Amino acid sequence: MTAWALWAVAVAVVAALPAVLSPFQIVQLTVFMIYSLLALSLDLIWGFGGILSFGQAAFFGVGGYVYGIVGINSGSTTLALIAGVAGAAGLAALLGYFTFYGRVGSMYFAVITLTVTLILHQVMGTTADPRYAVGQARLGGYNGMTNIPSLALEVPGRAPLTLDPVQLFYVVGGLLLLVLALTRALVRGSFGRVLAAIREDELRTELLGYDPRWRKLVTFAISGSIAGLAGGLFAGWGNFMNPQVFSMFQSALVVIWVMVGGRSTLYGAVVGTLVVQSLTNYLGTASVTYTTVALGTALVVIVLLFPRGLVPAIEGAVRRVSGRRPPAPEFAR
Amino acid sequence: MNDVVLQTRGLVKEFGGLRAVNSLDFTLRRGELRCVIGPNGAGKSTLFKLLTGQLKPTAGTIHFKGLDVTRLLPHEIARAGIGIKFQVPRVYDSLSVTENLWLSARSRHGAAAGAIVDRVLAEVGLVERRTSPVGHLSHGDRQWVEIGMVLTSDPDLVLLDEPTAGMTHAEARRTADLVREINRRATLIVVEHDMDFVRSIAGYVTVLHRGAVLAEGTMDEIRANDVVRDIYLGKRPRARR
Repeated sequence: MTAWALWAVAVAVVAALPAVLSPFQIVQLTVFMIYSLLALSLDLIWGFGGILSFGQAAFFGVGGYVYGIVGINSGSTTLALIAGVAGAAGLAALLGYFTFYGRVGSMYFAVITLTVTLILHQVMGTTADPRYAVGQARLGGYNGMTNIPSLALEVPGRAPLTLDPVQLFYVVGGLLLLVLALTRALVRGSFGRVLAAIREDELRTELLGYDPRWRKLVTFAISGSIAGLAGGLFAGWGNFMNPQVFSMFQSALVVIWVMVGGRSTLYGAVVGTLVVQSLTNYLGTASVTYTTVALGTALVVIVLLFPRGLVPAIEGAVRRVSGRRPPAPEFAR
Repeated sequence: MNDVVLQTRGLVKEFGGLRAVNSLDFTLRRGELRCVIGPNGAGKSTLFKLLTGQLKPTAGTIHFKGLDVTRLLPHEIARAGIGIKFQVPRVYDSLSVTENLWLSARSRHGAAAGAIVDRVLAEVGLVERRTSPVGHLSHGDRQWVEIGMVLTSDPDLVLLDEPTAGMTHAEARRTADLVREINRRATLIVVEHDMDFVRSIAGYVTVLHRGAVLAEGTMDEIRANDVVRDIYLGKRPRARR
């Protein structure tokens, strides 16, 4: 049972890291794991649904802003997180309904999702005036929304306990592993197997009696809710949201994380995010003159050397070394 | 009228100015084995696309098992019990043989799919290759995978589009046996260019020409029909390979 062993190792690593790393590194790693959730949301719809979405940043941002609005007004961060997930899932479902049921082609879908993201960027940017507020929460335009409450542990009948950085690290790490396990179960179950068939040949699958539209819609809504969860956690982590989350750069970054890690692997999304973000951080702190040029070069090299991504490349290498037969192809039973 | 499984009335499909199907009246009884022949452009492929919901007719109706399916979506028609096998095998190349069969079985049989897949794997002779990706199989075996997919979904009406295309002579003979086997459980429409094959499965033949029925009858009657001979069988049917 190598799979169970890997899960056990992952849990042990997350549990042990706070003892090894500095508080600053723990805070950094927490946000990397939040980004990993965002990458995971894209891998679900892109890697398994075969649909490239540039809208994950939009769902992330909506999740974060809704968390902020509900959190500031209600004081309950649990409620805020749930509302953030629901808001993002709702937006994804709405967008998915019109595009999938309207039979919009995949290229147009990518453009539409990017456009929605950029529209949100523009709209949120114009809300600097104090009258743009929801209850107590001021949207703040390009200055951003401030004073968003930190994630707190809320047990009914007791005062909420704001999580310290290590506790937040555990909550985010636990949620990341949980979402990873759930998405894995989803793509390996019968829903995921039919989804793979739709990705392979949509018309064929339709003529077997499956409705591709609602399966894509459900997948996209789940993907949106994961991105919304990441956004809510991000707002609770940094106490701050600004329209930059809806930027072109952020939208493209999610795609890069998944590309580098390896599409259709789920945990490749996590690996890709950790590698790219660590590299970005390193280049930022090391005295490299042209940070973005160096980062861009590194990404091009990675994609050229490992076109299918890091995780499939590592798996291939391990297999060659151990001399094991490759497993039957994906979903083969 | 209980034994009529499929009926089209005044079926028309226009593409711009072209009438690919021209007020077609077509009736099929339960358990029939019907061969549809006709020269290129006679409307055979368009008819299949109309019957499976891939195209919507310009005019006319399609009734299947007494149900009006004219405006239904492809997946709804498939669920109602019309299955299709394409001319070029349309299978999932990156998925295993078992997975291909499971996908078609699950659509109409849900949890019973596993047992059905095991049975059909044996019937089409692919037990040993069940874990291979379909893309690694020979053309003939890929045809069998698709025939297997038809069998696992167990439809009431099966549309076979040139089932022997690209097969060797021996494989075509095996297919003829299987077509008769499928016919024990389901009504069949077979589009086929290979006259030897049409004769060997001994079905009732409909000749399409310019989107309408030109003649119907047994293969011998069709061969004796002068009009048909002129437009279609004028040259002697080529001997196959």
